Amino acid sequence: MSLLEIQNLNVRFGGNDAIPVVEGLDLTVDQGEVLAIVGESGSGKSVTMMAVMGLIDAPGHVTANRLAFAGQDLLKLKGRARRRLIGKDLSMVFQDPMTALNPSYTVGYQIEEVVKQHLGLRGRAARLRALELLERVEIPGAASRLSAYPHQLSGGMSQRVAIAMAIAAEPKLLIADEPTTALDVTIQAQIMELLLNLQKDEGMALILITHDLAVVAETAQRVCVMYAGQAVETGKVPNIFQAPKHPYTEALLAAIPEHSLGARLSTLPGIVPGRYDRPSGCLLSPRCPYAQPRCLERPALEPYRQDTVEGAVRCFFPRNLNPEKWPQVLPESQRPSHLPGETHGRA
Amino acid sequence: MFSFIARRLGLLIPTFFGVTLLTFSLIRLIPGDPVEVMMGERRVDPQMHAEALHRLGLDKPLYQQYFDYLGNLAHGNLGQSLVTRDNVWHEFTTLFPATMELALCAMIFATVLGLLAGVIAALKRGSLLDHGVMGISLTGFSMPIFWWGLILIMFFSVRLGWTPVSGRLDLLYDIEPKTGFMLIDTLLSDEEGAFVDALHHLILPSIVLGTIPLAVIARMTRSAMLEVLREDYVRTARAKGLSPARVVFVHALRNALIPVLTVLGLQVGSLLAGAVLTETIFSWPGVGKWLIDAIARRDYPVVQNGILLIATLVIIVNFVVDILYGLANPRIRHQR
Amino acid sequence: MERTLPPASVADEQTIVYPSPYKEFWKAFSHNKGAVGGLLFMLVIVTCALFAPWIAPYNPSEQYRDFLLTPPSWLEGGTTQFLLGTDELGRDLLSRLIHGARLSLLIGLASVVCSLIPGILLGLIAGFSPTRLGPFIMRLMDIMLALPSLLLAVAIVAILGPGLANTVIAIAIVSLPSYVRLTRAAVMGEITRDYVTASRLAGAGMLRLMFITVLPNCMAPLIVQATLSFSSAILDAAALGFLGLGVQPPTPEWGTMLASARDYIERAWWVVTLPGLTILLSVLAINLMGDGLRDALDPRLKVQS
Repeated sequence: MSLLEIQNLNVRFGGNDAIPVVEGLDLTVDQGEVLAIVGESGSGKSVTMMAVMGLIDAPGHVTANRLAFAGQDLLKLKGRARRRLIGKDLSMVFQDPMTALNPSYTVGYQIEEVVKQHLGLRGRAARLRALELLERVEIPGAASRLSAYPHQLSGGMSQRVAIAMAIAAEPKLLIADEPTTALDVTIQAQIMELLLNLQKDEGMALILITHDLAVVAETAQRVCVMYAGQAVETGKVPNIFQAPKHPYTEALLAAIPEHSLGARLSTLPGIVPGRYDRPSGCLLSPRCPYAQPRCLERPALEPYRQDTVEGAVRCFFPRNLNPEKWPQVLPESQRPSHLPGETHGRA
Repeated sequence: MFSFIARRLGLLIPTFFGVTLLTFSLIRLIPGDPVEVMMGERRVDPQMHAEALHRLGLDKPLYQQYFDYLGNLAHGNLGQSLVTRDNVWHEFTTLFPATMELALCAMIFATVLGLLAGVIAALKRGSLLDHGVMGISLTGFSMPIFWWGLILIMFFSVRLGWTPVSGRLDLLYDIEPKTGFMLIDTLLSDEEGAFVDALHHLILPSIVLGTIPLAVIARMTRSAMLEVLREDYVRTARAKGLSPARVVFVHALRNALIPVLTVLGLQVGSLLAGAVLTETIFSWPGVGKWLIDAIARRDYPVVQNGILLIATLVIIVNFVVDILYGLANPRIRHQR
Repeated sequence: MERTLPPASVADEQTIVYPSPYKEFWKAFSHNKGAVGGLLFMLVIVTCALFAPWIAPYNPSEQYRDFLLTPPSWLEGGTTQFLLGTDELGRDLLSRLIHGARLSLLIGLASVVCSLIPGILLGLIAGFSPTRLGPFIMRLMDIMLALPSLLLAVAIVAILGPGLANTVIAIAIVSLPSYVRLTRAAVMGEITRDYVTASRLAGAGMLRLMFITVLPNCMAPLIVQATLSFSSAILDAAALGFLGLGVQPPTPEWGTMLASARDYIERAWWVVTLPGLTILLSVLAINLMGDGLRDALDPRLKVQS
């Protein structure tokens, strides 16, 4: 049994007829696994994780065939029961550490809060645990930092505090939402190393949301690539880098500077479709260099098996898979286009 | 923190001297003979007039007069009332507890209800409740409180007979003023029912005086809460699995309080102005009514130094609010 | 199945017509229902004020001795002769209220003008002279702000004596500091912008910089403040009238009317209720308009209360 199971997750902001921000997402995370979720900004990575954490507020609402953590159906858990899980077995580190900490309370208070809430420690015991946690995240002079306010800490330091808060109750799954994006380049590697060390030592599962594929290659065991609210490809790490199946994954890999030594950096033309200009068929089709007439229909995320390699891809014509079935690449003028208004609705 | 207080003090002192300059000139700007104005005596003969002029120091040059005025203030000599011949400082200190009791009750009423209404409106943003709260608070903000007081008296005191019309306590009771705060004095005395009666007398004036601050606090709390609820740290707090009440009151409200506190401090000034009206309507024996009566009786020493005392009070309260603001907001406290 | 992309130039060929600023403002303003309601009510009040002698059924000072404290027409004992009843001297309440609108609007308008102009001037000077005159002016304003506005107005009237003109002067002085502060803050914000530097480099003189370059960009918060101080001017004038320090009877000023009505609280609710209700509704209408103006003119100001 997987630690986290997500089947057909949809997140909408507005009524049932509103356009989903996350659409038909399937995802599993095993115990002790590092899963990377990759995609451009606005592809629904963070919203998915917010839905898992139960942090989506009205008018947003979450539906799923299954959304289970450690066998418990998260959607059926209400209020107090769900909160007993969140911050304890299931916790999250956010993108911008400078705003993620409450400016009015000391670091110690904010860490102790979790310890008190989920471990039931009080007074001196709570304080000692907070101190231990600050040492855990390698903050120098931890004892004196307990009484510091967030504005007295640097970005890297704040992120360490946020991580200490997240691991305070020894979670089974830690979600890190672009934990290094807001930090200085020199600090990024340190924080990433800290997270991975903690993951190994604690044996917890880690979902790493990022758009840095280099980090993914070094750290994750599995990757889920998201595009416009859909998972377009999932797979194991070396395979997905060696032989991407989805045109979007291929384009992402081609856009890594290391992959195009000397040559001109490859880019994907166009932008992620917004809420009001979603194509009716495959969401990537307006930008896809391999688009075929069939791409005006919407593909499903289909599992595949090729020798020992397993994965799933949302494409009618996956790359690096059964190339003999590939139709001829069409010149740009002959690629399918959606009716005006469907593709580029100027709402 | 020390340098923060020192800096605030540096702003406070010139303001205080400015106010003394204002009240000093006030009496000299009144048209008419200064001796008549100051002594309240009419048609004194020239010799006595000159004597009085000399006695009051009005024959000296203006700057000398101002320094004399400051000197008197420094010695706690605020002059005498022309009507009662009582010391102005003594009158003020006797009457001030009544105003303070009323203002405190009004402020408690306004703060508790205003925070609550603002928080609820922010949490239920866009709902009918939110629109209702905001509509009522804008009405409260636009309220001519002297009329509001009359309407409440007309309904609750005259029509329903629930509350007394005026004063601080029924004449039945004879309470020895120990602290000047009627609620405390009645508790200290062994007169039965006096405390409840004092409380009854306080209800309507507190509501009337608290109406505008209530509206301002509710509006400010709502907008500050809306701002704060969007912050990342509120999301962090929720991701910790804390209860909604803890998220709202400990994490969000604490930060929303910072701007609300400033507004609250600014309200203290208008609260004292409102006290002038409220005390007049309810015949509440406080400094507001005292000042208005003094103006009506042309009791200029009282007017002059009454205004000085009230202004000083406002300055001090604003200073305290500034310090509290620093305490509530660690970022300000640590500024150098 | 061949389809071609729509011509890419469609978007480029669309000439964008920018709506005139007035139209844009009106669009934003009319979106706010409360503001439009406030505007309509104020139009009624303004009409009453402008045409008071023709609209009012009676002379506001005419005493009908046979009709003392007549209730409004819909109540028992009321007559259609006096729609809203009469006061303790038998004067028609409706006529007095209509004529009172004149006074309230006059006081509001006059005091706003009398404080807006010097306020802007002082604010500009303070903003353009941040080292010498500026701090002095601001300190002076701080002192004035140390006194609660109504109290300061009371103090001023205590010096000058009660009356219409003195009420206007008192209220104008009281609302001066907020204009000065607002103008200065706006000027300080604008003065470092590149367009001001450019204008300075182009040789614009101080006066030109002040009034032509910078001031128009500071107007939005000032207009909002003017609306709000208009409403508080009406309130303060009524409060002064109520305390007997404002416009003196028998002039039909709303606050003054309330002061004399206090004694009839048990017998004639309409004498007490109606003038106050008129004040409340007028002030509310102006405040609603102010909220609408603020949202329409400057979305950045929305967060402030």
